[in-house]
Amino acid sequence: MSSQLTAKDFASSQEIRWCPGCGDYAILKSMTKALADVGARPDNTAFVSGIGCAARFPYYVNTYGFHTIHGRAPAIATGLKLANPELDVWVVTGDGDALSIGGNHLIHTLRRNVGLKILLFNNEVYGLTKGQYSPTSRLGTRTPSSPDGSFDVPISAGQLALGCGGRFFARAIDTDKTGLAHVLEQAHAFDGSALTEIYQNCIVYNKDVYASFTDRKTAHDTQLHLRHGEPMLFGKDSERGIAFDNERYVLKIVDASTASDPILIHDETNEVIARLLIALDKPVALGVIYRNPAVAYETAFHAHHPSNMQRRRSVADVIAGPNSWQVE
Amino acid sequence: MTKNPQLKSIVVRLAGDSGDGIQLMGSQFAVSTALSGSDFATFPDYPAEIRAPAGTTFGVSAYQINLGDDPITTPGDSPDVLVAFNPAALKVSLPMLHPGTLIIVNNDGFSARNLTKAGYDANPLDDDSLSEYTVVAADIGRLNLESVAEFGLSKSDGGQCKNFWALGLLFWMFDRSLDSAIGWLDRRLKNAPAMRDANVAALRAGHAYGETSELSAVEKVRVGEAQLEPGRYRSITGSEAMALGIAAAGELADRQVLFCSYPITPSSPLLHRLAKLGEHGVGTFQAEDEIAAVGAAIGASYGGMIGATSSSGPGIALKTEALGLAVSAELPLLVVNWQRGGPSTGLPTKTEQSDLYQAIYGRNGDTPIPVLAAASAGDCFDTAIEATRIALRHMTPVILLADGYLSNAAEPWRIPDLSDYAPIESHPVEASDSSDPQRLAFARDASSLGRAWVTPGMPDLVHRIGGLEKDLSSGHISYDPDNHQAMTDLRRKKLESVANFIPDQAMEFGDDKGDIVLVGWGSTRGPLYQAARRTGTSFIHIRYLNPLPKNLGELLSGFRSVVVAEMNDGQLSTVLRDKLGIQPTPLTKVTGQPFLISELVKAIEQERSKL
Ligand code: SF4
Repeated sequence: MSSQLTAKDFASSQEIRWCPGCGDYAILKSMTKALADVGARPDNTAFVSGIGCAARFPYYVNTYGFHTIHGRAPAIATGLKLANPELDVWVVTGDGDALSIGGNHLIHTLRRNVGLKILLFNNEVYGLTKGQYSPTSRLGTRTPSSPDGSFDVPISAGQLALGCGGRFFARAIDTDKTGLAHVLEQAHAFDGSALTEIYQNCIVYNKDVYASFTDRKTAHDTQLHLRHGEPMLFGKDSERGIAFDNERYVLKIVDASTASDPILIHDETNEVIARLLIALDKPVALGVIYRNPAVAYETAFHAHHPSNMQRRRSVADVIAGPNSWQVE
Repeated sequence: MTKNPQLKSIVVRLAGDSGDGIQLMGSQFAVSTALSGSDFATFPDYPAEIRAPAGTTFGVSAYQINLGDDPITTPGDSPDVLVAFNPAALKVSLPMLHPGTLIIVNNDGFSARNLTKAGYDANPLDDDSLSEYTVVAADIGRLNLESVAEFGLSKSDGGQCKNFWALGLLFWMFDRSLDSAIGWLDRRLKNAPAMRDANVAALRAGHAYGETSELSAVEKVRVGEAQLEPGRYRSITGSEAMALGIAAAGELADRQVLFCSYPITPSSPLLHRLAKLGEHGVGTFQAEDEIAAVGAAIGASYGGMIGATSSSGPGIALKTEALGLAVSAELPLLVVNWQRGGPSTGLPTKTEQSDLYQAIYGRNGDTPIPVLAAASAGDCFDTAIEATRIALRHMTPVILLADGYLSNAAEPWRIPDLSDYAPIESHPVEASDSSDPQRLAFARDASSLGRAWVTPGMPDLVHRIGGLEKDLSSGHISYDPDNHQAMTDLRRKKLESVANFIPDQAMEFGDDKGDIVLVGWGSTRGPLYQAARRTGTSFIHIRYLNPLPKNLGELLSGFRSVVVAEMNDGQLSTVLRDKLGIQPTPLTKVTGQPFLISELVKAIEQERSKL
């Protein structure tokens, strides 16, 4: 395993069963490449998933894989990570799996900061069950279960993550190789729970739901690619930027050359600005939006354990308890 | 009882408010009983509320202990001594008493207010309603406060010592040394010296009260030493034995244990105890919910530790989908169910053998899971080891049924020698010509059908597992119709194969042929054994409930009538009908209270008269 592996080494021989043209293909490609680029080893990597289209992912990567049950992947992956903290454990989930049926596990995984790399494929629809609206579907989404348009207010993965104490939140678009590769590598390097929301195009049930900002022709104007320590600029010639509106406490778009307010410099550790960035819809913020390291749960778990999970004493030493007596 | 101070056995019941420290007093009395050499069995009986409204009948917390020189296997049908801290405690206990019972009451607790709360119009201590009993009324509250006055405690802190005052009086009655209780106070109240000193003073004051006051009604009680098998003994509760058993199973398997649990009554004591066994290679993870608890345990097993979880019926219901995953993925898992009264929230603190159906049948699909039950507090140790052994050998989840009674009840336990237990083994990856790790991971041991325990991190064995149906030989996903039939057959055969590894069913008591055989399982062994002995009835107690021991059908066919006694609405009767095609007679009780020997004896005699 010493030689450098390539993306091909991380591709499994399984026949892929996603719909042709599904955004999942692009994510898979970026993932296998990222695994090779970060020097991951198949033997030491595990993908754990729940249920849904995204959850098929473990079959298609050449690593250890566990395709579990709906919503529970973070819980199962937590047990795996506690049992073997040396493993690289990835969780692949979708908007229904992570934010609806498995919402509780996501919340508690993030607040504990378990060292899992969680990829949330958000396509704003239930794919595998044939197109019902999901917890991230926008108001008015027409589906077989919401024929007159949905009226559930959608949930924001990013706001949820920060609200429950998550320490890493990033975003990318399925087909944006550069942006996706960057966040996957950053997630891999993060020591703790790294939640990455990937805008994924379900071409069958929710085609082009993100077209307003994923279209390459207009991407300059609709996407804000964040890098820590760099100014928040966008536009073809980086002619516009993001500034803080001191009166309304919101972000505003300003002309980079003439603005009186300073252009914000991206500080990944600033939770307040991160929340405003998550809420921004034009342009859409991408990249690592929030990263604020803290001790990972598995590290704390082992550190708080009296013998680092090792067996230091036999049960025979304590089985008699404080009071015992002899019967002759 | 006062006329007969040298007794074969005696039943003592302590009852008071849930804030009176009755359970602590009872467990300290049990420890001193153990050290005195008597055999004993206990029954802690407490309300679901932590501090139910003071003085009410539904807030009564009680602790019953039966001690003697004869083998004691039940907490006793009817108390010979009752200590009642207030009118409510007296009221709920009265129906259990027999003429001549010695009642020690806390006079101070019988205020007008408390009498009203308990529903008394008049003070029973003042009229002749208690005339068939021997009543000793002591001002326990006042005398206790006097004894702790010098320690400068608040009135409420001082008042809290009254359970130790009463314990002191009992110690005097039973001629016990105060050392074990003082030792406990030294350890527990190390950081609160004033409270420690006050409790010791109260204990001594209660003892001195017996010695000096005119307790003419009370004579010292002497109970002989029990004829126990030689060996070293300790007092143990089911939750203690279960925790030690799980840690020992890890040791015997040379694997760490990750115990993942969500708090629920009456399962939580196991979590608390395991949390203190870290140095024995045990980790505890308190999950966000029941599903996460079983999920993390499955993840731990996937990662090569022994994953274990525990709950009670409602929590096990939540874990059910994940149990199916563990069956499908063929991962070992220990699942302890501390059963309680159902359905739904039911009676959280009351005992019931409620979940045999759930354990054997309660899953989607044909999803067989081995099921065992512990028969006594000490037996939780061996059963935990056995359950883990099956889980690793057959690569399957195993359900271990215990209940609320076992969790809290204490008994003397002969301390086993760990070196008497065989190591627990799992299957290594076999060398083979196949280069497909998927196939290697699902290669099976021929006799147990257990697969190799391959875990992430092992070199060159990258493979995938999951809840989708997989191909019988390659382990890859398969939707093939014939394969699903073959996999269903395999899962059934795997369960059946467990029967080849477990001991034959033995008689617990009596001949292996006759008119009637009494059959039981789980925590009812104690009363069933006594009832069988008293009526001369053959008795079988089943530990392995799924699959059943191979000889059980034949054994039962030696009797004209099979009486199945259980604390539910007839679940084992159904299972025996289903698996063995026999027609048992159910003898059931679903009151949240353990069987009384007397009611079992009556039922057996009735059944006998019908034959
Ligand atoms: S249904 Fe949608 S998300 Fe699922 S595979 Fe097809 S295109 Fe992809």
